[in-house]
Amino acid sequence: MADIQNYTLNFGPQHPAAHGVLRMVLELDGEVVMRADPHIGMLHRATEKLAENKTWIQSVPYMDRLDYMSMMCNEHAYCMAIEKLLGVEVPVRAQYIRVMFDEITRILNHLLWIGAHGLDVGAMTMMLYAMREREDLVDCYEAVSGSRWHAAYYRPGGVYRDLPDTMPQYKESKWKSSAKLKQLNEARSGTLLDFLDDFVARFPKIADEYETLLTGNRIWKQRLVDVGIVTPERALQLGYTGPMIRGSGIAWDLRKKQPYEVYDRVDFDIPVGITGDCYARYLVRVEEMRQSNRIIKQCIDWLRVNPGPVITDNFKVASPPRANMKSNMEELIHHFKLCTEGIHVPEGQIYSTVEHPKGEFGIYAISDGANKPYRLKIRSPGLVHLASLDELTRGHMIADVVTMVGTIDIVFGEIDR
Amino acid sequence: MSAKLEVLSQNLQKHFGGQIGLLQVSLGEITIDVDVADYQVVMTRLRDEPDLRFEELMDLCGVDYSTYGNGNWSGKRFAAVSHLISVTHNWRLRVRCFASDDDFPSIPSIVTIWNSVNWFEREAFDLYGIVFPGHPDLRRILTDYGFIGHPFRKDFPISGYVEMRYDPDQQRVIYQPVTIEPREVTPRIVREKSYGDVENG
Repeated sequence: MADIQNYTLNFGPQHPAAHGVLRMVLELDGEVVMRADPHIGMLHRATEKLAENKTWIQSVPYMDRLDYMSMMCNEHAYCMAIEKLLGVEVPVRAQYIRVMFDEITRILNHLLWIGAHGLDVGAMTMMLYAMREREDLVDCYEAVSGSRWHAAYYRPGGVYRDLPDTMPQYKESKWKSSAKLKQLNEARSGTLLDFLDDFVARFPKIADEYETLLTGNRIWKQRLVDVGIVTPERALQLGYTGPMIRGSGIAWDLRKKQPYEVYDRVDFDIPVGITGDCYARYLVRVEEMRQSNRIIKQCIDWLRVNPGPVITDNFKVASPPRANMKSNMEELIHHFKLCTEGIHVPEGQIYSTVEHPKGEFGIYAISDGANKPYRLKIRSPGLVHLASLDELTRGHMIADVVTMVGTIDIVFGEIDR
Repeated sequence: MSAKLEVLSQNLQKHFGGQIGLLQVSLGEITIDVDVADYQVVMTRLRDEPDLRFEELMDLCGVDYSTYGNGNWSGKRFAAVSHLISVTHNWRLRVRCFASDDDFPSIPSIVTIWNSVNWFEREAFDLYGIVFPGHPDLRRILTDYGFIGHPFRKDFPISGYVEMRYDPDQQRVIYQPVTIEPREVTPRIVREKSYGDVENG
């Protein structure tokens, strides 16, 4: 009888469980994965090269398009890199706004993750539930920036503008009765902070709903428990960060260990997993959403009583107020220089990081003193986590590959850059 | 310099005295330059010495210095820059290693020291053409199958050399030389140090 050879299976790049454009070449022995070779780069846009040919400020919207599920966190790392190189102080109110939106972004990201992960493993309902809450949060994005996804709200030196007093409203249509409309718009009748306050009060119960569906669910546990175990030693070797390293039992969180902005002034806990399997990482992420909710609440309370500027008054970095621009020669010159030439960043190099929902997101920037970066390197957590997929899946059944792809929470915008 | 950076820089001096080319502290970060010959030894000790303990490699990237400061760069052209982190001591370090040959840049692989560097080295090879001897699987990673050249080198045009389109005559996708003109909206400017200095200018 002829030897039975390993079977090679091509997974993706057009597979619904491939989370975008992941192509994987799987070597199978029966149903057991012997080797997984992810092929990436299908979404490569050379963001880093493009940034070298643009002024510093022009690259801010490109950052949204990296991890397009947690837009503002990407901007945050980039703006922080510029601020550190320039030595610019960010007003405290802007720091609170940034922390608040970072946490909103974290919930947004984890909601999509829980929905997609559920969908991969067979819990279709999760996606519908998660999208319902995401809708409220992208409305907050819309309220501050005018855009529901690619906000470009953080700017070097602060944020683009202060929090708005009104929320976008639902409009009457033949599908929405006026009674229904009134109910929908009730929470949106106040300011953005009122709306968020309402969301924050609702959210713990919503998170309970998710957990009722999944945490004790027999099928969910059969698919996740003891699948893809990573020991703490391996997690360090593989360069894990964020929920992936915390799921393996290492309490490492940049918000606590190397606090930036005002994270040292807000109260929250870091959830840590014990077993290091997919289920532990699921529990960590759900708890992170609850902790983010706590942080948002504290930011709302602070922002309500502390008005102030939200962007630096250094006009060599940020545009002066428009009214002054119209009546004042010097402000007009500043505006002209900023628009035609951009910010000049002093010579130096910086590695600035944030605790991104997926892990450590870093921007390594080298400046030679020009109005454009000399080199910009984006350290995306997803790339490192995906690189370990081979090790994670080896020896598992082919159906577990999908669980593994789900648990590392990949978004190709940031992996391929 | 904060107390923590002070301790770290002293520990680095203690262990590597002569092996570090340049120890630079700026913006709250430490950068060390390491010679290619010492690279693997230094990296292994950075991981293993108890008072350094850089357990995790966060990032490694290639840099092409050829046009730095509008071409006023006199050193070597290619470097691999890595960022290390110690979970134990909670500190970071940047290690820069210049390849000695500009025409055939080669830097030893450190994939056995930190496994996480695997794809980063593939990326630096793909985008800059830096070769990492000792890497088990040095293939292209981000660019297209069959791509020619190293696109992040400074002499590679941003539009690339070829473009792809569907040819209705041949009824297949073909490659052809790029047809777009290169354009620069905002020129790159490095101002002299005293630019805009009203008091002393």
